[in-house]
Amino acid sequence: MATTSHEHGHNPALQHHFDTPEQQREAATLGMWAFLTTEIMLFGGIFMAYAVYRWAYHEVWALAATHLNTPLAAINTVVLLVSSLTVALGVHAAASGKQRQVVLLLLVTILLGAAFLGIKVTEYSEKFAHCAGYANPITWISGGATLEEAECLVPGQQFHFPVGHGAEEASSLPNIQRNAQLFYLLYFCATGLHAIHMIVGISIMAVLAWMAARGRFSSEYYTPVEIGGLYWHLIDIIWVFLFPLFYLV
Amino acid sequence: MSTSAIPQNYTSTRADSATEWIKSWLLTVDHKRIAILYLLSINFFFLLGGLAASLVRVELVTPQGDLMTADMYNRMFTLHGVIMVFFFLIPAIPAVMGNFLVPLMIGARDLAFPRLNLLSWYLYMGGGVFALVAAITGGVDTGWTFYTPFSSSYSNSNVILTMSGAFIMGFSSILTGLNFIVTIHKMRAPGMTWFRLPLFIWANYATSLIQILATPVLGIALLLVMVERVWRVGIFDPALGGDPLLFQHLFWFYSHPAVYIMILPAMGVISELISAFSRKRIFGYEFIAFSSIAIAVLGFLVWGHHMFVSSQSVYSGLVFSFITMLVAIPSAIKVFNWTATLYKGSISYRTPMLYALGFIGLFIIGGLTGIFLGVVAVDIHVTDTYFVVAHFHYVMVGGTIMAYLGGIHYWWPKMTGRMYNEAWGAISALVVFVGFNMTFFPQFVMGYLGMPRRYHVYPEEFQIYHVLSTAGASILGLGFIIPIIYLTLSLFVGKVAGPNPWAATGLEWSIASPPPTHNFDQTPVVTEEAYAYPEDAAAQDSDSWQAGSHL
Repeated sequence: MATTSHEHGHNPALQHHFDTPEQQREAATLGMWAFLTTEIMLFGGIFMAYAVYRWAYHEVWALAATHLNTPLAAINTVVLLVSSLTVALGVHAAASGKQRQVVLLLLVTILLGAAFLGIKVTEYSEKFAHCAGYANPITWISGGATLEEAECLVPGQQFHFPVGHGAEEASSLPNIQRNAQLFYLLYFCATGLHAIHMIVGISIMAVLAWMAARGRFSSEYYTPVEIGGLYWHLIDIIWVFLFPLFYLV
Repeated sequence: MSTSAIPQNYTSTRADSATEWIKSWLLTVDHKRIAILYLLSINFFFLLGGLAASLVRVELVTPQGDLMTADMYNRMFTLHGVIMVFFFLIPAIPAVMGNFLVPLMIGARDLAFPRLNLLSWYLYMGGGVFALVAAITGGVDTGWTFYTPFSSSYSNSNVILTMSGAFIMGFSSILTGLNFIVTIHKMRAPGMTWFRLPLFIWANYATSLIQILATPVLGIALLLVMVERVWRVGIFDPALGGDPLLFQHLFWFYSHPAVYIMILPAMGVISELISAFSRKRIFGYEFIAFSSIAIAVLGFLVWGHHMFVSSQSVYSGLVFSFITMLVAIPSAIKVFNWTATLYKGSISYRTPMLYALGFIGLFIIGGLTGIFLGVVAVDIHVTDTYFVVAHFHYVMVGGTIMAYLGGIHYWWPKMTGRMYNEAWGAISALVVFVGFNMTFFPQFVMGYLGMPRRYHVYPEEFQIYHVLSTAGASILGLGFIIPIIYLTLSLFVGKVAGPNPWAATGLEWSIASPPPTHNFDQTPVVTEEAYAYPEDAAAQDSDSWQAGSHL
């Protein structure tokens, strides 16, 4: 397969409706960029909702954010940034025709993506364990330590935001439960939508790694790796915005 | 009958069995076959939406609610709105004519992503199935606008199913837009510079920009409402701290530009028709091209004019009002350029041209009443009355459907290789024009007099207008049914059209009708501007005129 790409005009990767591989590559790349703009607009709606409610309930939201697990999210940020690096290196390796390196780097990317999702699941299940009255997911399953102060940050009937030590200051805020719930609702929507994109991204990386292992790419034809990489970077960038907006601000 | 006269083309089949044949259509990646799939499915939804409209109109003949309950009436007009907006008007011209013509007009063998193109048809059908199931299992009563908190907290109809349908259809629309943008950028034949592109291509390019930028915003808004309904939490519910107006902002950020998704490709069709049947280079090519882009850009900045009475601040109301006025400028540029093209042209009143001229008249009425509604003071007076209903039907039906029908007639010989019956074509164009005006003009009057929209009972003094309107609607319905009959018949008994029955310019007319599967045997090289009709076309035509010629 790989040898035929050297014979001009018989490139197996060149689809019939394109004149040159160059035209095909440019079309694919432009298509991916156009798709990424729609993705940004999709998340844009959530960012808009975030801005409106942050503006309306900024004190409650600042308080609500302190109950997210920032250390875990910080680790996740590092994991994702490293995965962006491995993807970029993978694209570079593909451009230089180093097939084994491509496979390896894409597999590392998949691992990092899975690690991100694993940590995310830990964060989510912690919140659900709190609703069940346990300190963390492990004690929830094995029946260990229960939570000292009642807390349930999963939006719904049970939602309860603990006012805790800053009781006087917090109780003076109107509708604190209601508005904190709104924060967690958007948190779950935004990070959940992001996690769905991660799952899609990991699947794409798996297909690309498989294709690379089968020798489908060469230094002349590696467009799928390139545009798959673009998609992965977008997922990263969205997280880079979600992290400070929900955990740090 | 005379199939022997039609050469091998994209519709000819090598399939031996019926299953093979069905597969060759349902799994095709040929943009022309996909266009035909769209043509059939979109017309099906149009008839369904039309049926719902007829029931609404029949109910309104009497002031009492004697055909339907109020609740049933709500579900009926919602069905009409949802089907017509999401499953007919938005995809109609881009997905049918755009799919067929964009590659042909720019000299390409296919769209840039043929498989994505097929996927977008399946998404369209998938969304359609959701909407149909929702309708059959009880329907939805929120109106096509899905306003919160009614849609999120109070309505107990099939809101989620319907929204899923619109959401999925949205991705079909995004993929079509994406495909067009890449195709127009990267697949033009040698010599096909930006300013040699037919104006239909410019219009579809502008439309595609809106499709990929605005549609995802509707997607996320609908998704959030669905989350709110499923988990009973409040993103848009004021009782739970949410802001129902946020939904309106997100909704109209898509749905106002969506109006331009409907009308821009229609304007592109009209530019083609006016030029072809005046046999004259279009007047002010660059102005028409850039006015499409201007409308697309301005279209993103006017959504607030749907919210003048939604407790929006007076100042943003003023700004939105002002920008709304600005949209009139590029729209008027188009109308003036079309009429200037007619001047000293060699005009022939063939069916497509009748639709085109009808379009101009109806669009002027629809556009000007849009300016009335853009004025905050007037809008407050007529908000949610039949005046608004009449206005947007003049733009959507009088604009988009006239252009859709005109375009179908113009490119019918290209799509099928056959001519339709010209006399019936002209008759139905006139029937549509008369029926349309009779349906919707009385609505301006009763709206101004205070008849609110979305009511199934009304004071008796409005009955005369409603009866007129319903009578017009039956004429209009007839006008839609006649073309279905003679166009279908033309497939079997129509005269063979030949490559260029209208003696028109454009790459699509330089190849056989219907086009061969790969469009062009050799990639064409373009050496002249679009609409390069001879300067003295009018004189030539009058010299060589004879009875029975197509022009």
